[in-house]
Amino acid sequence: MSVHLILFLVFGAIAVAGAVNLLVQRHPINSALSLIAVMAALAGEYLLLGAEFVAAVQVIVYAGAIMVLFVFVIMLLNAGEEERTDGSRVALLFGLPGMLLGSLLIAWVVLKHSGTGSVAAGVWAASTGPARSVPGSPETIGPLLFHEFLLPFEITSILILIAIMGAVVLASKPAVAGGGPPRKVKD
Amino acid sequence: MVPLSYYLVLSGVLFACGVTGFLIKRNIITIFMSIELMLNGVNLSFVAFAAHWHTLSGQVFVFFVMVVAAAEAAVGLAIIISVYRTRETLNIDQVNLLKL
Amino acid sequence: MTQNPYLWLIPTLPLAGAAINGFLGRRSSKTAVTIVALTFPGLAFALALKIALGFSWEAAPYVFNLAHWIRSGSAGLPNYFTADFAFYLDQLSLVMLLVVTGVGFLIHIYSVGYMSDDPSYYRFFTYLNLFMFFMLTLILANNYLVMFIGWEGVGLASYLLIGFWFTKDSAASAGKKAFIVNRIGDFGFLIALFLMIQHFGSLTFTEVFSKVQPLGVEHSSAGVLTAIGILLMLGACGKSAQIPLYVWLPDAMEGPTPVSALIHAATMVTAGVYMVARSHVIFERAPIALTVVAITGTLTALFAATIGITQTDIKKVLAYSTVSQLGYMFMACGVGAFSAGIFHLMTHAFFKGLLFLGAGSVIHAVGGEQDMRKMGGLRSYIPWTTAVMGVATLAIAGIPPFAGFWSKDEILWKAYQGSWIYWLIGVITAFLTSFYMFRLLFMTFAGDYRGAKVDEHGHASHGHGHDGHGEPHESPMVMLIPLMILAVLSIFGGLVGIGNGFEHFLAPVFGAGSEAATGETAGRGMEFLLMGVSILVALGGAILAWVLYVSKPYLPQKIAAGLGTFYNAVLNKYYVDEIYAKLFVKPLVDGSTSILWQGVDRKVIDDTVNNAADGARHVSDEVRHMQSGNLRSYAGWIAAGAAVVIAYMIWLGAR
Repeated sequence: MSVHLILFLVFGAIAVAGAVNLLVQRHPINSALSLIAVMAALAGEYLLLGAEFVAAVQVIVYAGAIMVLFVFVIMLLNAGEEERTDGSRVALLFGLPGMLLGSLLIAWVVLKHSGTGSVAAGVWAASTGPARSVPGSPETIGPLLFHEFLLPFEITSILILIAIMGAVVLASKPAVAGGGPPRKVKD
Repeated sequence: MVPLSYYLVLSGVLFACGVTGFLIKRNIITIFMSIELMLNGVNLSFVAFAAHWHTLSGQVFVFFVMVVAAAEAAVGLAIIISVYRTRETLNIDQVNLLKL
Repeated sequence: MTQNPYLWLIPTLPLAGAAINGFLGRRSSKTAVTIVALTFPGLAFALALKIALGFSWEAAPYVFNLAHWIRSGSAGLPNYFTADFAFYLDQLSLVMLLVVTGVGFLIHIYSVGYMSDDPSYYRFFTYLNLFMFFMLTLILANNYLVMFIGWEGVGLASYLLIGFWFTKDSAASAGKKAFIVNRIGDFGFLIALFLMIQHFGSLTFTEVFSKVQPLGVEHSSAGVLTAIGILLMLGACGKSAQIPLYVWLPDAMEGPTPVSALIHAATMVTAGVYMVARSHVIFERAPIALTVVAITGTLTALFAATIGITQTDIKKVLAYSTVSQLGYMFMACGVGAFSAGIFHLMTHAFFKGLLFLGAGSVIHAVGGEQDMRKMGGLRSYIPWTTAVMGVATLAIAGIPPFAGFWSKDEILWKAYQGSWIYWLIGVITAFLTSFYMFRLLFMTFAGDYRGAKVDEHGHASHGHGHDGHGEPHESPMVMLIPLMILAVLSIFGGLVGIGNGFEHFLAPVFGAGSEAATGETAGRGMEFLLMGVSILVALGGAILAWVLYVSKPYLPQKIAAGLGTFYNAVLNKYYVDEIYAKLFVKPLVDGSTSILWQGVDRKVIDDTVNNAADGARHVSDEVRHMQSGNLRSYAGWIAAGAAVVIAYMIWLGAR
């Protein structure tokens, strides 16, 4: 029973609890806050795995920017509690069992091969650079990012640019001539 | 030490919760958040494998996943806003004009 | 065997004429169409004459291989079969060639006048030239397969020309009837060809006959040769209008009169006789088949003659007369006298062609009327036509020294040597022939004119504008000149038969022993006696016709009334058409309607297609509900599908 395992279980429990809470809550703002909790727990998990840069990015970008964006939109649209409409039998009839089956299968496969190896701090095959005790530090990730993964890096930056433009265009209020007042939902 | 399979099971649980949320929730934004949950679960398994095989490529990939998730969140939320403007509802069962 | 490289030109020249007129004729002037239509057959005739003049008995037969056609199997192996587009000219083909090109050319000239006011002038000559092409192919073929091309092709041309005025229902039906009845005969012909391929491995005349030569005569048992012979005769029955397939020929009179003259008197219907004569090697070794030929010919001759004496339409009389005369030709072939049959074919082409063209002239004169009861006394209006028709009637009745006498007498003499029954029936038929032909002559030309006034533009069967006189008028010169040429031939054409001259001419083809088995045992005396009998009979028929239709015209009605139902039966052609309709046509049509149309076409084919379409529609009707627009169901399907894929991958990995 190492500290590693205990911390793993703690963070894991928080993550699972947050995920389940996301499903259970009816108001989207509650779900958003649960998701933030999940992400924080996951940041903890990353630290346990030695990925300190990723953990930091997780907190800053994911929990700090993306979730904030979600909360912002929820408050902008004044989303209320969910109504209970029955839209699709198929989703419940085929989707849930399918999902369960898939997960069980994966879990079975994973646990079958679980004997082989464990996550341990060992010799890390990474880029050269000042060796630190934590493998996933910025000093080690940085060169990787800018040498082997330069092309994806640049492309994702263009992707973000496109996303920005798209978001601006899509979310802007329509011009006076077109669009007009939002139409009521026809039942 | 913590075996790899534990991390993978945790990742799978998170992913399953995400899929379930996608299937049973009716608010568009909540569905979107379930997608983010799925992505997080996947990120966890990437980092776990990176630690297992002692290579940093997994962590770099997580980095890119996050970037793409950010872009996707931005555009998706813009679309949701646009849909709300035209349909006055956030219930996904009522956004079904593309039917035969 | 010598090569003659001009042989292929003879059929091809009319084909070129047909093509030019067919494609360009619609927009060309009538003069241009006429020039094309006359030049090409004329050139063919000139070429035939040139070959005839240069014909040498040592060099014959002339052959020419135009192109390879079928090469099946490999040389040297037993199943090797070849057939080429090749031509063959011997004395028999030469006779047919001269008849077809000569009479054909004269009829082309006649048609220029007869069809001059028809709006489809160019189409007529296209079809006529096309017919010439096929007929010449048939005659000049060197194997049965090319002959069959010509055979089928003349059937096609006949259909096109009978139904020339296709807007008329009766004409279109007559064309169909001709083609379909012909087809039944062609079926027999084809089976015979198949038997030949199977047993002799070839269809080329020389090869088949060289394989048949050493075979023995099939006296009492029926073997392959008998089968082939009977089947060939079936084909000939269809093409040459013998019992039981003669029914199309009277209906074929719906076509224009030059067509009746050319196709249904002089040339196409004689193709059957030519084919039987060409296959004489086979027939001589199959006595049963020969007997079938003889009996068919004899019975048909008598049968058709009896119908001919009651008909009132001038062309129908001539049609039944043609059937009857063709019966004579087959009777001749049936007793082994092939050269006599061909001789009669030649003279018949002259006088029957003349009769039909003359009838056309008469019809033209009276403005389209074809019923003889409405004619009469035309000799004062159309003297030239009267003269040539008189010549032709004398020829067909068999009165010396006209052409018909020599050939018909030859046939009767040879028939007597075969069996006196054939001779007796032949003589009775000759009497009837003379009777109905003189009946036609007297009803049309003698007595007083019984017809209506010929009004300005009143025409039933051919469109020819009058210039407003009210009485019958003579035909233009372009129609009269061929009539006169044919009249000359009808007078002098038979003289080549004197002293067995014709038989000697054809001897290299048929062999010296082409007579029936008895030979000259009956002697010259008997021959002169029989000759006298046939002359008496012919004169007797003429006298009877004179009595009944000129001096005592009230008599025929009384006789007809006295014979009652028998007369009605004969008048209605023994109801053969009605019997065929009930026995064959109606069951076929009904069966086709109920089984093939309602059953197979509607229920099986249409329903299959319709049900396939309906099924597709129902399936898609169910499947379309998948696209509900509801995102959650899409997600559900994705999750389910993903689970399936994961399971599959795991299963793959676990194998």
